[in-house]
Amino acid sequence: MHWNMTDQNTSLSPLDLETPEKPFLDANELVINMGPQHPATHGVLRVILRLDGERVMGLECVIGYLHRGVEKIGEHRTYTMFNPYVDRMDYVAAVSNGLGYCETVEKLLGVEAPPRAQYIRVILTELNRMASHQLWLGTHALDIGAITPLFYTFRDREEILKIFEKYCGARLTTHAFRIGGLQYEAYDGFEKDVKNFVSFVAPKIDEYEELLTTNRIWLERTKGVGIISGKDCIALGVTGPVLRASGVKWDLRKAQPYANYKNFDFDIPVGQNGDTYDRYIVRMAEFRQSLRIIQQAVDGIPEGPIMAKVPKVIKPPVGEVYHSIEAPKGELGYFIVSDGSTQPYRMRVRPPSFVNLQALDVMCRGAMVADVVAVIGTLDIVLGEVDR
Amino acid sequence: MVTKLKGAYGSGLEPLTYLGQNYMVVDRSLIPEILQVLRNEEQFDYCVDLTAMHYPKRDKQFDVLWVLYSYARNERIRVKTLIADGESLPSSVPIWVTANWLEREVFDMFGIKFDGHPDMKRILLPDGWKGHPLRKDYGILQQDNEWVQINLGIESGQ
Repeated sequence: MHWNMTDQNTSLSPLDLETPEKPFLDANELVINMGPQHPATHGVLRVILRLDGERVMGLECVIGYLHRGVEKIGEHRTYTMFNPYVDRMDYVAAVSNGLGYCETVEKLLGVEAPPRAQYIRVILTELNRMASHQLWLGTHALDIGAITPLFYTFRDREEILKIFEKYCGARLTTHAFRIGGLQYEAYDGFEKDVKNFVSFVAPKIDEYEELLTTNRIWLERTKGVGIISGKDCIALGVTGPVLRASGVKWDLRKAQPYANYKNFDFDIPVGQNGDTYDRYIVRMAEFRQSLRIIQQAVDGIPEGPIMAKVPKVIKPPVGEVYHSIEAPKGELGYFIVSDGSTQPYRMRVRPPSFVNLQALDVMCRGAMVADVVAVIGTLDIVLGEVDR
Repeated sequence: MVTKLKGAYGSGLEPLTYLGQNYMVVDRSLIPEILQVLRNEEQFDYCVDLTAMHYPKRDKQFDVLWVLYSYARNERIRVKTLIADGESLPSSVPIWVTANWLEREVFDMFGIKFDGHPDMKRILLPDGWKGHPLRKDYGILQQDNEWVQINLGIESGQ
């Protein structure tokens, strides 16, 4: 057909984009599956996405691939025997898991770890918080497309793992604490190693920030992505850095201090927008707060015993107790029912990752598929803890 | 707060304290109302945890437990109720959204159903699995062998 643009008789022009009767691209809803084996889901998580074009209308998480029945195992082991199992839940922050568990059983027994043990516990837990955040930062940035931070953070995380290895022989599943105190006395030169680490890592955190904080690609991919309000966080039970990035200044270390956190001076960093970028900023600030706590703790380690007087066979009196700590991911709670025997009658773990993951749907609605990857990363979930 | 609630509900509610932690045992019939009151009037806006315990020798076999926290009061409280096997509870999802997955987990592990839950199905175990592992009569080595054989093509998962 010959087109004559000047012809007054024809209304057809090549640029006349009226809605055709039959759409060229069918705009029906599309359901796609992501995972369970997907590099960006940080473990075996399956996400079913409901899409309109590239926009996420809603999603459903399918979990349980790593379910090992930790709670059931807990009911069939003695209190002491169960201690190493808790390390396998949040395996990137094993020390925090151990602290929560030991403190809960101590509460049931009515004992308190001696001051020296408390100080060393705080140092190790905060070191572990940094290691967990470093792993998060490296993998989260990698998911979004920045490869370099992974090498930086893993290089520095290695120094923390070296301290753990020297302290207890293990790097990840540390089993560092015992009910009533510590597994081992701090090795010779522990304080020196920790102090060296603090001065080594402080400038490295600035280095991470130099790579990302003002990086234009990073800003594009994180600002305004996965927004969740403080009100929604509370309704969904979301805790940890995600809650704080939404402007709720709440940290269990301050709200209901455990161990000896009330002796240390530190701030709770908060964000305003509740987006992926603010969560990044909050966690970066938490690095520095952890360093402050470690610095104060290492200068103040008192002399003394590392174990409280705990019977050889642990048999807490009949009763039930709920105790929770601020793990790197949020509120990690243990609920133990004792029937007076050597084994807990009920061992319930309240994992932060499990509850936080529930917010993924809310955070991803209206976002692009690529943003789902960013949001999974920013939630900082560990599937070992989600599935238990 | 406890005296106020005790005054309003009388014998249906028993406030207890152990190791400085407050909890109350509430009659099953009062459950939706008391949770509503705690959420709306007493500011317990954060449902920390929802779980259950199994006591097979009792008449009412299950304890269902809510762990609640109030940001405004910085206070925790636990609400517990006793139900029999096969009995269901009203869902608390309309009160706290976070109860969604937690109730699904209780159903998965104990077989307790929550009426009015938007999506009452298993969460950690596969959909076709038989049995509820955290019941006391479920052995630690026990599993749904039929499911394992059909879906994994192996004799046993052990």
